[in-house]
Amino acid sequence: MKVLVAVKRVVDHNVPVRAKPDGSDVELDGVRMNINPFDEIAVEEALRLKEKGVVTEIVAVSLGSAASPEALRHALAMGVDRALVVETGGVFLQPLAVAKLLKAVVECEQPGLVLVGKQAIDNDAGQAGQMLAALLDWPQATFASELKVEGNEAVVTREVDGGVETIALTLPAVVTCDLRLNAPRFVKLPNLMMAKKKPIETLAGSETGADFAPRIKRLKVAAPAQRKAGIKVGSVAELVEKLRASGVLS
Amino acid sequence: MSVLILADHDGRQLKAATRRAIGAAKAWSAPIHVLVVGSATASVAEQAAKLDGVAKVLRVDAAHLAHPLAADVANIIKSLAGDFQVILAPHTTLAKDVLPRVAGLLDVAMIADAVEITAPSTYVRPIYAGNLLATVESSDAIQVVTVRATSFPAAAEAASAAAIESLAAPAADTRVRWVSESRNASDRPELASARVVVAGGRSFGERFEELLGPLADKLGGAIGATRAAVDAGFAPNEQQVGQTGTVVAPELYIAAGISGAQQHLAGMKDSQVIVAINHDPDAAIFQVADFGLVADLFDAVPQLTKALEQ
Ligand SMILES: Cc1cc2nc3c(=O)[nH]c(=O)nc-3n(C[C@H](O)[C@H](O)[C@H](O)COP(=O)(O)OP(=O)(O)OC[C@H]3O[C@@H](n4cnc5c(N)ncnc54)[C@H](O)[C@@H]3O)c2cc1C
Repeated sequence: MKVLVAVKRVVDHNVPVRAKPDGSDVELDGVRMNINPFDEIAVEEALRLKEKGVVTEIVAVSLGSAASPEALRHALAMGVDRALVVETGGVFLQPLAVAKLLKAVVECEQPGLVLVGKQAIDNDAGQAGQMLAALLDWPQATFASELKVEGNEAVVTREVDGGVETIALTLPAVVTCDLRLNAPRFVKLPNLMMAKKKPIETLAGSETGADFAPRIKRLKVAAPAQRKAGIKVGSVAELVEKLRASGVLS
Repeated sequence: MSVLILADHDGRQLKAATRRAIGAAKAWSAPIHVLVVGSATASVAEQAAKLDGVAKVLRVDAAHLAHPLAADVANIIKSLAGDFQVILAPHTTLAKDVLPRVAGLLDVAMIADAVEITAPSTYVRPIYAGNLLATVESSDAIQVVTVRATSFPAAAEAASAAAIESLAAPAADTRVRWVSESRNASDRPELASARVVVAGGRSFGERFEELLGPLADKLGGAIGATRAAVDAGFAPNEQQVGQTGTVVAPELYIAAGISGAQQHLAGMKDSQVIVAINHDPDAAIFQVADFGLVADLFDAVPQLTKALEQ
């Protein structure tokens, strides 16, 4: 079975971001970027399925501007078989556009399973996987913390409010990956060097027929109101006294 | 125009977040219909019908919906979508699973986790783990939106109840099978809507529940945890508070042994009063805490529990 994994390049999760002074966008100049952590988990899961002999080929795909091959290099260094980039010429891709472009890739690659991260840590939308499943009319499982492929089914344990739930999907299907699914392997420098030499196939977004124009206009980006640091108390007794005075202890 | 709200419930109780989604929907000054999907949901439908602002409750009840799956719920909503300009739900796992699928079926964009609505189509939502707020405007004819429950007032009880209309359920999507679930039974309040949350980090180790449980019970609160505590297996996942866990805004949040990483703050910094207990005076959590106590949690937490008994 072939697996398709989608990867995105985002601001590194340790980097604090700022709005541009005019509030038009997020300041990304000179900011450290990295593969979206949830996508890295999706890649890792695909690799584990291959190591178990369930999967024969892993194709990683990234969408968007010229910079996204870096996320694919990371996936190649982790061990995926092929990498594909869909060029869209710098248009900011919203989740629906991502889903439409991925659908075009799915139609030509014909994978039995698509793995994506449950959300990208930049826009925190958490939509692409479910939208893709809708467009393909495939079953979906979101927030996977365990994945098994048994015959023609994917058995997925997913994280829901108040616990976990297990569902079984007839393949082909889309699964979105949560943090607890696995811990991604460490990428060794030699592998990264090797990955730099591997070819990355390119597909022109305009040739897919997908409409990737934005539907949502970003009017403003601003920092939220900051909380002010309060006071330090000297003891538990003083803390209780302050809490009683502030009225939060009923 | 009308608003359709996908209700979240556990088969018996309407979740508090749903009441707040109804509160959020008032931004459109339009009739609000609440969709209750499930099996044996008569009492949930009645609870929804009694809320202020609700014009009608639509009930889709079938045995195969006892554990609603995304494909089935999305199909139901799609079949109703022609009558609504807004499809809205609280940002809980149900809606995070279902509404993007609905948006895909309808070929419209979706706004996730809105914290402010300027009707008809402008929203404020957190991005980058809440480090920034984006104001966005959607151009689609049908607006599909999830709202952060803690940012909106809950709908009050109404004087009279709205009508409840039962609709036939479409056939189940047989390509998805519900297998099993494991929910942590707890007498404590639901984390997302608790008045008090007592939260701990990974440094509690195996003593997480032993130390935090009595404090939570003393305060009638829920227990929250950092991802590090969950990853280490000290706390169950559903207790995780943060960017990728539950978002809370209780009256009182007690953070013990929590460093204050931005991904954790994303889930709790709107709490009314924040208490931080940490032995590192420079921990980032102190920058958002109203009351900070520099102390070892293994002493301070039991002491606090004891002090509250008096
Ligand atoms: C993509 C992504 C998503 C994430 N999502 C979330 C999320 O939703 N929620 C979340 O919480 N995290 C999330 N994280 C993880 C987050 O970045 C932090 O790693 C995590 O919150 C740290 O947890 P902690 O404070 O328990 O642990 P640590 O960072 O290890 O901090 C422990 C703290 O306890 C203090 N301490 C230690 N011993 C004692 C003692 N005896 N007495 C008093 N204080 C003590 C230390 O001084 C320190 O401040 C995410 C990370 C990533 C990359």
